[in-house]
Amino acid sequence: MTAPDTPRTLHGIGVSPGLAAGPVALMGDAPSLPVERPAVTNQSAEADAAVAALTVTAEQLERRAATTAIPGAAEVLEATAMIARDPSLHDPIRSATAGGLPAAWAVDRAVDEFRALLLDLGGYMAERVGDLDDVRDRTIARLLGKPMPGVPERDTPFILVADDLAPADTVTLDAERVLALVTARGGPTSHTAILARSLGLPAVVACPGATSIGEGELVEVDGATGQVRVGVSADEAAEANRQEAGRRAARASSRGPGRTSDGHPVALLLNIGDEAGAASVAAVDAEGVGLFRTEFLYLDRKDAPSVDEQVALYTSVFEAMGDRRIVVRTLDAGADKPLPFLDQKGEPNPALGVRGLRIARRAPQVLTDQLAALARAQQATGAVVWVMAPMVSTAAEAQWFADLARAEGLPMAGAMVEVPAASLRAADLLEHVDFLSIGTNDLAQYTMAADRMSGDLADLLDPWQPALLDLVRMTAEAGAAAGKPVGVCGEAAASPTLAPVLVGLGITSLSMSASAVADVREALATVTLAECRDLALRALGEGGDGS
Amino acid sequence: MAQREVIVGSRVGLHARPAALFVKTVSAQPVKMTIRKGDGAPVDARSILRVLALGAKHGDTVVLEADGEGAEEALDAVATVVAEDHDDPA
Repeated sequence: MTAPDTPRTLHGIGVSPGLAAGPVALMGDAPSLPVERPAVTNQSAEADAAVAALTVTAEQLERRAATTAIPGAAEVLEATAMIARDPSLHDPIRSATAGGLPAAWAVDRAVDEFRALLLDLGGYMAERVGDLDDVRDRTIARLLGKPMPGVPERDTPFILVADDLAPADTVTLDAERVLALVTARGGPTSHTAILARSLGLPAVVACPGATSIGEGELVEVDGATGQVRVGVSADEAAEANRQEAGRRAARASSRGPGRTSDGHPVALLLNIGDEAGAASVAAVDAEGVGLFRTEFLYLDRKDAPSVDEQVALYTSVFEAMGDRRIVVRTLDAGADKPLPFLDQKGEPNPALGVRGLRIARRAPQVLTDQLAALARAQQATGAVVWVMAPMVSTAAEAQWFADLARAEGLPMAGAMVEVPAASLRAADLLEHVDFLSIGTNDLAQYTMAADRMSGDLADLLDPWQPALLDLVRMTAEAGAAAGKPVGVCGEAAASPTLAPVLVGLGITSLSMSASAVADVREALATVTLAECRDLALRALGEGGDGS
Repeated sequence: MAQREVIVGSRVGLHARPAALFVKTVSAQPVKMTIRKGDGAPVDARSILRVLALGAKHGDTVVLEADGEGAEEALDAVATVVAEDHDDPA
């Protein structure tokens, strides 16, 4: 209970850069029922109290659902509230209190019945047990007068300190309230790290002693170095936040081409999906478009778009480019997003089915029409147009696509690297194409055999996984040997912490959403190429400390 | 007693979003309703836990039953929700 005179420093792994200071709020533990069970004097009053506490739990969840700005969180909160309101919990509660149990114990017993029922069903149903436990913990905490479990609710911003965070804890994390994350456990690929990077929150994981920090203590968290200073003064905290705000403002106004601090160029490009996206290229001063997704032209329609229709649209997008490069990905559809005019059959495993370039095996006309339209729009505008095919697996596929593109008069033809086979044989692909572009999201999915939509497998899909980085390096080295560019256009390219690693692996361009450009530009400007290479070796587990 | 036999259209079955939407729709009706799977025992259709515990999968047939004024309309509204697929990822 005594505050130390000078701050003490804890050390963890910095997994999401940035500086933040503020009061600590500790993650609430699940309440446990006391060993001593109090005697019950009024059984029906206990039952009423239990039902009333469930209702308050539901109301609180519903209020948070109504006010949350986090995508997807409202749905999760509403579904949990629905459990708290479930009328079929009331009968078992009443029979438990009639048997002499106090309210909190009755809630525990009623929940247990349904827990067993759902666990027996297994699979999807068993996953809902977590929601049921959440309802029980909140309701019991209320009945026993204990602190609420889970992410604490505060009116003012705080630094969240926890042993570790589970996906269920973080779905409702409010980036407006949380300044930074510190966990005692976890690692660079843990859920906490991934979440922090996606929210742009400074984060330190694997920080022993984190949970010994007291509620409300002022701490300063450096998400780059992994340092957590505990017991800083209010002045120091304010100064740290002022510095960070200044750095953020400087990043927001950054301009110019991407380069490391010693001048090694790395093209910063945008991922766009329509004409509106094309307009943002100039706004953020990107060097072009690294991924123009063309699916929007094809979705929600009965017939394929005509060549003339496509020419008109591509022309308006190309005009917005000026003399900047635009890399166009040809149609990437699959059985998970079927197009009526392709007559796609349902597939048991669409991710492994006829998608991407493979569609052209059945419907080559769709591809040749698109290439013809792109060529005409290129001739009309004089734009620098590169085309690439999605889901290329073999050199033969790459050659087939490149021949088709060149026959239409498009000089720069490339292939996406999303399938490990394409990475392993990158040198063979590069005998036929002019460039490669790595889609890290799909490459991670196919490398780890983990569905990219599965939240439970987020750790496997993390772009820091060394196996994924190995494939990136292999592809980049093949590009360097052939003297041809190899870019990254997946989520990984948008990470200020991962971008220097990718450059160190030999990547020549990074393509990302417009909002990420300034941070990545800034991150590259602070490191030399040699430092990038060192970071890359460390990420692969090959660099030692003190090397 | 009015009833409807419906085939579950949701790809994940009556689980997660489809189950929540189902209970929400039932709760908005003026009449009480039960749901059962095949020849199983009918359960309170407003209970998300009971509905989940049915374990109704894509293609399973469920029977909805309701009584009283507005039962027909209520059953129609709820049957539509059961028959639709709400998890189209497109």
